[in-house]
Amino acid sequence: MNKKLIDLQHITKSFDGQMILDDLNLYIRENEFLTLLGPSGCGKTTTLRILGGFETPDQGHVIFDDQDITKLPPNKRQLNTVFQKYALFTHMTIAENIAFGLKIKNKSKSYINDKIAYALKLVNLEGYGSRMPDSLSGGQQQRIAIARAIVNEPKVLLLDEPLGALDLKLRQDMQYELIRLKNELGITFIYVTHDQEEALTMSDTIVVMNQGYIQQIGSPEKIYNEPENAFVADFIGDSNIIGGTMIEDKLVEILSARFPCVDTGFGTNRPVDVVIRPEDVILSSPANGRLTGTVTHLIFKGVHYEMEVTTPDGYEWLVHSTGMYPVGTQVGIDVDPFNIQIMHKPASEDEEAVKIDE
Amino acid sequence: MNNFRKKLPGTPYFFWSVLFIIIPLCMVFYYGLTDKSGAFTLENIIAIATREHSKALWLSLLLSLIATVICLLLSYPLAMILCSRKGGQHSVIVFIFILPMWMNFLLRTLAWQTLLEKTGVINSILSFLHLPALNIINTPQAIVLGMVYNFLPFMVLPIYNALAKIDENVINAARDLGANPAQVFFKVTLPLTVPGIISGITMVFIPALTTFVISNLLGGSKVLLIGNVVEQEFTQASNWHLGSGLSIVLMLFILLNMIVSAIFDKDGEGSVL
Repeated sequence: MNKKLIDLQHITKSFDGQMILDDLNLYIRENEFLTLLGPSGCGKTTTLRILGGFETPDQGHVIFDDQDITKLPPNKRQLNTVFQKYALFTHMTIAENIAFGLKIKNKSKSYINDKIAYALKLVNLEGYGSRMPDSLSGGQQQRIAIARAIVNEPKVLLLDEPLGALDLKLRQDMQYELIRLKNELGITFIYVTHDQEEALTMSDTIVVMNQGYIQQIGSPEKIYNEPENAFVADFIGDSNIIGGTMIEDKLVEILSARFPCVDTGFGTNRPVDVVIRPEDVILSSPANGRLTGTVTHLIFKGVHYEMEVTTPDGYEWLVHSTGMYPVGTQVGIDVDPFNIQIMHKPASEDEEAVKIDE
Repeated sequence: MNNFRKKLPGTPYFFWSVLFIIIPLCMVFYYGLTDKSGAFTLENIIAIATREHSKALWLSLLLSLIATVICLLLSYPLAMILCSRKGGQHSVIVFIFILPMWMNFLLRTLAWQTLLEKTGVINSILSFLHLPALNIINTPQAIVLGMVYNFLPFMVLPIYNALAKIDENVINAARDLGANPAQVFFKVTLPLTVPGIISGITMVFIPALTTFVISNLLGGSKVLLIGNVVEQEFTQASNWHLGSGLSIVLMLFILLNMIVSAIFDKDGEGSVL
């Protein structure tokens, strides 16, 4: 494991009496691609702005490389930011934009020129140096913003929803571009987004946030397959979140049918939330299912069909399947034990960091 | 037919500009370039070279330049303060600044006359406090004061607009890249507000250059600006030919100002040309 580069300790921040971050604790390792993921207003951007030095926390400390930088202004920090809407200097050429930080550091002309050439090559925009920012497309401008940041050789690159203003295709291309950049530069990326797909594609570690609290920290696989609570399960991908009862270890009752599962340690006859991903629901003939239901909706999605199956108690299951069952068909529902994810009910005492209103 | 319909909404404005801009302008040029018998002459233009006229022109240029510079120096910090206020607070300050503009221009200037007079309000207060009297009425200083007071909002607003248009993150990006507050200002903020500065300069310099009301009221008959000369040719001497000729010269200076503005403001955001 790489060493801890940044340590956020007990960060609290409120604006106009509204609590944005409440006792946030988070560390970031060297060379990590860490994503802060959450809906708008969850505190992810504020966390990034505190890292960049644009906000000062009300309480708590920002430790960078074993130094307390909580009160250090942005121009004295060894990290650089890529802003959401590029924030290029429109009165300067692309080359001047990239050279901005280096000129301030009084680097030699030849050093600066080498760096400009290197950065433009890195972001695949060679020959654009003399153009003005306005003459570039959104994707190109964003790549210049990245180039402008990385020529300063920061230890950490902060990215604030950098792909938010781009269209879908470009966004996907840029995701690969960013992964490549990170591997080539070997520096830490801290990325803020509300797009779960972006987070899953690029990150080493995802930090899911909601209402100023960290909901879960983990690898993309862990976040997707083993969400710790209903919020995470709901925010990351589609899912069926059903109230159930843990009968005993490895056996859960959902909608009055019993499903074997692999989770243990929840006690006996305890109310739990059960997460089942739509692609994990197995449809078959009514006789083969643990539950039976009726197909009430059917949409062709390209890779798969999206179906809604209503069970007699009224619960609507979201199902993704390559097999097609017409609307009105009686089907049986089953789930592989490994694909059943059991979570504590949000109200339980043993979840300190997780506070959810819903 | 179709073409005609597209042009229809513009028609009233076309007639307006012909009637109230093009025709008067042609008349000015006609009078300026002819003598009393109607024969072509450049005498009315060349008349600017007489000692009295050129002195008035140079004084006008000097005073309006000084007034413009003072307006700029006062407006920029003010506009920055306005921009740094959040929400409703700044609109109150902008409102207070705009408020005097609701009052008639003549009345405002007349008010300054009353304030500055030898036995005026300011001097009464000063003498009550046993301080030396302020004798600037009927001097160039009083005229500059009047110009600054009257035209300041025209400088503040375009600069304020230019500042407000700057994305906060552009400033943050400059700080992020290592710029200290002074570097942020001179390398980013100031260059980005050039269009606002240019349009402010144009909007202060041109009316200041051509004013005759301010110099009439605050300069008495002692300080003569080119605006006063032109006005007197029309009203007192009834020499429309000379008045028009001098106006044409004045127009050339305004045109010069606009050309210079256009050169500095490449994007054409603030200048008129």
